Amino acid sequence: MTDVPVRREKLKSSWIFRPGVRSAVIQILLVALVVLIGWFIYRTTRQNIITQRIPIGFDFFWIESGFSISQTLISFNENNTYARAFLVGLLNTLFVSALGVLFATVIGFLVGIGRLSQNWIIARLCGGYVELIRNLPLLFQILFWYLAVLAALPGPRQSFTFFGDIFINNRGILMPKPMFGDGIGIVAAVAAAGILLSIVMTALARRYRVQTGTALKTWPFSLLLIVVAPLFVFFFLKVGVTVDRPELKGFNFNGGLRIIPEFLALLIALSTYTAGFIAEIVRAGILAVPRGQTEAARALGLRRSKLLQLVVVPQAMRVIVPPLTSQYLNLFKNSSLAVSIGYPDLVSVFAGTTLNNTGQAIEILGITMLVYLVISLVISFVMNIYNRRIALRER
Amino acid sequence: MKRSTILFSLALTFASAGAAQAATLDDIKARGSILCGVSGGLAGFAQPDDKGNWNGIDVDFCRALAAAIFNDPTKVKFLPLTAKDRFTALQSREVDLLSRNTTWTSSRDTQLGFNFAGVIYYDAQGFMVRKSAKVSSALELSNTTVCTQSGTTTQLNLADYFRSNNMKYEAVVFNTADEVIKAYESGRCDVFTTDVSQIYAERLKLAKPDEHMILPELISKEPLGPLVRHGDDQWFDIVKWTLFAMLNAEEYDISQKTLEQRLKSDRPDVKRLLGIEGNYGEQFGLTNDWIVRIIRHVGNYGEIYDRNVGEGSRLKIDRGLNKLWNKGGIQYAPPVR
Amino acid sequence: MSAAFVRMETLPPRAAPFAATGLWGWFARRLFATPADIAMTIIGFAAFVLVAMPLFRFLVFDAIWTGKDRDACLNAAGACWPFVAAKLNQFVYGFYPYEELWRPNLVFFVGALLLIPLLIPSAPFKRFNAFLFFGIYPVAGFVLLTGGNLDPQRFLLGRFVRIPEFIDLSAIARFIGVSGHVELGSRGGFRGTFWIDFIASAILLTGAVAIIARLFGTRFVTSLKAMAIVFVSLALIIAPVDADFGLRWVETREWGGLLVTLVVAITGIVAALPIGVLLALGRRSQMRLVRWTSIVFIEFWRGVPLITVLFFATYMLPLFLPGGASIERLVRALIGVALFSGAYMAEVVRGGLAAVPKHQYESAAALGLGYWKTMGLIVLPQALTHVIPGIVNNFIGLFKDTTLVQIVAILDLLGQVRSAFSDPNWSSPTTLYTGFAFAGMIYFVFCFAMSRYSLFLEHRAGSNALRVEGAMR
Repeated sequence: MTDVPVRREKLKSSWIFRPGVRSAVIQILLVALVVLIGWFIYRTTRQNIITQRIPIGFDFFWIESGFSISQTLISFNENNTYARAFLVGLLNTLFVSALGVLFATVIGFLVGIGRLSQNWIIARLCGGYVELIRNLPLLFQILFWYLAVLAALPGPRQSFTFFGDIFINNRGILMPKPMFGDGIGIVAAVAAAGILLSIVMTALARRYRVQTGTALKTWPFSLLLIVVAPLFVFFFLKVGVTVDRPELKGFNFNGGLRIIPEFLALLIALSTYTAGFIAEIVRAGILAVPRGQTEAARALGLRRSKLLQLVVVPQAMRVIVPPLTSQYLNLFKNSSLAVSIGYPDLVSVFAGTTLNNTGQAIEILGITMLVYLVISLVISFVMNIYNRRIALRER
Repeated sequence: MKRSTILFSLALTFASAGAAQAATLDDIKARGSILCGVSGGLAGFAQPDDKGNWNGIDVDFCRALAAAIFNDPTKVKFLPLTAKDRFTALQSREVDLLSRNTTWTSSRDTQLGFNFAGVIYYDAQGFMVRKSAKVSSALELSNTTVCTQSGTTTQLNLADYFRSNNMKYEAVVFNTADEVIKAYESGRCDVFTTDVSQIYAERLKLAKPDEHMILPELISKEPLGPLVRHGDDQWFDIVKWTLFAMLNAEEYDISQKTLEQRLKSDRPDVKRLLGIEGNYGEQFGLTNDWIVRIIRHVGNYGEIYDRNVGEGSRLKIDRGLNKLWNKGGIQYAPPVR
Repeated sequence: MSAAFVRMETLPPRAAPFAATGLWGWFARRLFATPADIAMTIIGFAAFVLVAMPLFRFLVFDAIWTGKDRDACLNAAGACWPFVAAKLNQFVYGFYPYEELWRPNLVFFVGALLLIPLLIPSAPFKRFNAFLFFGIYPVAGFVLLTGGNLDPQRFLLGRFVRIPEFIDLSAIARFIGVSGHVELGSRGGFRGTFWIDFIASAILLTGAVAIIARLFGTRFVTSLKAMAIVFVSLALIIAPVDADFGLRWVETREWGGLLVTLVVAITGIVAALPIGVLLALGRRSQMRLVRWTSIVFIEFWRGVPLITVLFFATYMLPLFLPGGASIERLVRALIGVALFSGAYMAEVVRGGLAAVPKHQYESAAALGLGYWKTMGLIVLPQALTHVIPGIVNNFIGLFKDTTLVQIVAILDLLGQVRSAFSDPNWSSPTTLYTGFAFAGMIYFVFCFAMSRYSLFLEHRAGSNALRVEGAMR
């Protein structure tokens, strides 16, 4: 074999071909582009604002709002400012999201486990639920609950009555509201301290168990701290409780605790919809636990409930938590669909009514998006910490 | 709207940023039609029929503008807008004017930067309740649930009224008029409130309109009129004087029926109005026979009122305040001269 | 010798216990294993009957099938199907002009015709088919639905200098019949000013790019070729859109119903793909600024609800555009949807990129391929094949999310159904439920079919071959 003469090109060594230079140029171009677009938007927007005489700034926050809101967690009336309206909307959003997350998780886990049940009919029903819920738009479901189910309830005078004091009609659900006397704050404080103490106690007991292998019974002490101690304070201080019952007066019910149908429709739709997705996640998580684990646990003689609780679920959680996080985030963001049925959430009150009355689209939409963004980031941050804690630790 | 803008604005308008804005009238002439923001479906004011033809007093006003500018009332495109996005549409030049039963308020002039061209309909806010509720006055509405639309003066007036009369109420707020009336019909609310003209119109949408009644109390002043953006006085003048022209025409008894005969009139004021004397039309940038065009194609104020909301319509709303000033109403137009 | 008896042959297997085989065994195992199971079975069955029977009666037995207006349905206990029949055109096309309905119909039909062979893995001519569907179909669909004839006036250069019109292109176009259908309100088309501008700008830009690229060591011919491809395809897109085929202009605000649902969903996903690929590549880039820009962009859109994005597109976007320029409402919403789903798509694509083994990159580098060639020829084809099920799932989500456009006053299928509820001519006790049943069935059929297709693809890819069935049992 003869050597094939290799044609050697002269290596180009100009600075321009160095990867570092190249990436610097590309990055500078990118920044320049972003700045250019930003500058263009700023300039046109400024010009539009001047020609259209749109007011700018955040002074509108301190103007009296002049409207009322149908559900408020903190007191609100027409004299309050837009800033307080913003707060009311934000709290309503958080309230419905928090309850939605709770119910969605419970329903989702039940349905997800139900899908794997030995019982054929339960498995099929759960499967049907998941398919039906996941393949219909959420807005469709919200409107369905609101317009087709809750709006079909009878008027206040023809309410369905349960136990004499609970009324269900097309204005919502009314129930007696307990009114506590003075000193309820102390009771609440005692209860909170009790919860805190039991958490610490459980953690200590857990550590003890890990170190020594002996399980300590903690629940009687927790019960004592959380239930008995506050009750004792309650009676000792003679706080007393009266019940504010709803009463039909003229057009509507007066008094009592009322859950408005907009809230109910949104909550039902959000929880059932998200539950459909959580069920699938739970099912996949459980299926991801190797069969050997279940068999080994059975060989140890664990009962089915203990098997689930001690072996399957803890391992499945590692698979479940990351997608579960994004479902929680979705639920939180989807709560903004409230605007379609008039539930006074952040979008409806702030990006709706307030935007209309003040016309300051940039500030209001900017703040609204920022709020969602920040809360989304906080939720995923918290869930990431939780995920890290339950993640498999290599030993 | 230039068709090309749809495809090219995002990518290619960078270079044209800051270009001077053309006068609205020139835009309209270049485009060949007026873009008129109207209500999405409010009988008597602006509503499309099954074939997509628009009817209503607000619609006819825009037709009158088209008649004045192009001598052709069809050269106008109607853009249905919700209460919520109407102002943005006008601000962002999506429409040339809003003729969308909009109440004239000071903050809409100052804060939003609009000019109201006048009042085409003097309205007031009222309440509708079920007859079965056996209520005869709005003062008996304490402890009721009220359905209303978000982003309207209605929502604010409602709050004012109940607050000043120390009555408790619950407001349920929706985005569109359709949602509001639907919620009222389903029984979510005891009371439906909005401008009275609109109540008449919405009542027609109910399955059984006769079971509902409008209470006598009127709780606010709602002067409804067409409006334009700040910053183009010529266009503002044209819109303003088109309305005045229609009022003046009624006052001088110039209607579609009497037009030909009135063109022969000797009266100097009629002659001025019809452009036989003077060049008042040209001063606007239009032709001198602009009012003749308006009357011929659309009619005077009284005619469009009767046709759309008055006796000649399904609404049958009494003219009330909207009678001319010399007939007991308050509709009054400055003279053309 | 052993006296012990040793059995020399295996005993025949004993029959399985009665309760473990056959139908009865199945019942015993799957329905009545324990008392708790029996209770659950009974409750479950009762729940099913309680839901299914009335539903079936409502939809079929008690339904009203014929009628002209609400009188037919006033006493109905079941669905009022004549309502759906009367409003069907509105539900499907919105207020699209009646005499032009053949246009959306044609678009639907051709779309289905092209899509079905594309979805069947074994159908031939995949590449050609994909080119037709992704290349030709969108332009043709745009022209058919809107009427085309956009008649652009200026390209790039024309914004800075005045372009002389020394060729009367429109005369030629008129001669061929793609311009000047005056009776249909033509605005002309094929303006000399635009096309001369286009060619001049193309030449200038190509030259500039080629010179700059040369500085970075790219050969002239390569960059000329690349730019030629860009501008020729651009011209091929603009020309049919510029032409006047004698179709009436139908403004997007006259569109509605299923048409809008499909247009938003399909445009959203098609636009999301390139955006998503770019963002995903950016997010995995070595360059810090590129990476962070991509991350911020992606996380911003993923962190906010679609509603606020639509509000942004409707109320804020107009403020960002120079005065006089305005975009139709539907197009604005489309921009918002594209950005939104682009960010989600980026995460899907990123998953696919992560699944491409490292040796693929290394082999490409060993072959001497540059970044774009490595990505375009080696990595992306593998990554995208991986994530097709993810893309389909994304599409299902987007399809459901299109319902949100009704909140910014664009009437999609659900919006049209909802607005039909307030028609007094059809107000009857069951109108509302009928509308929901109809819309629900349409959405369900679409989404269910797509999700099954996605599952089918997943199984085919065998990506989840290691399913551990029955770990619980």
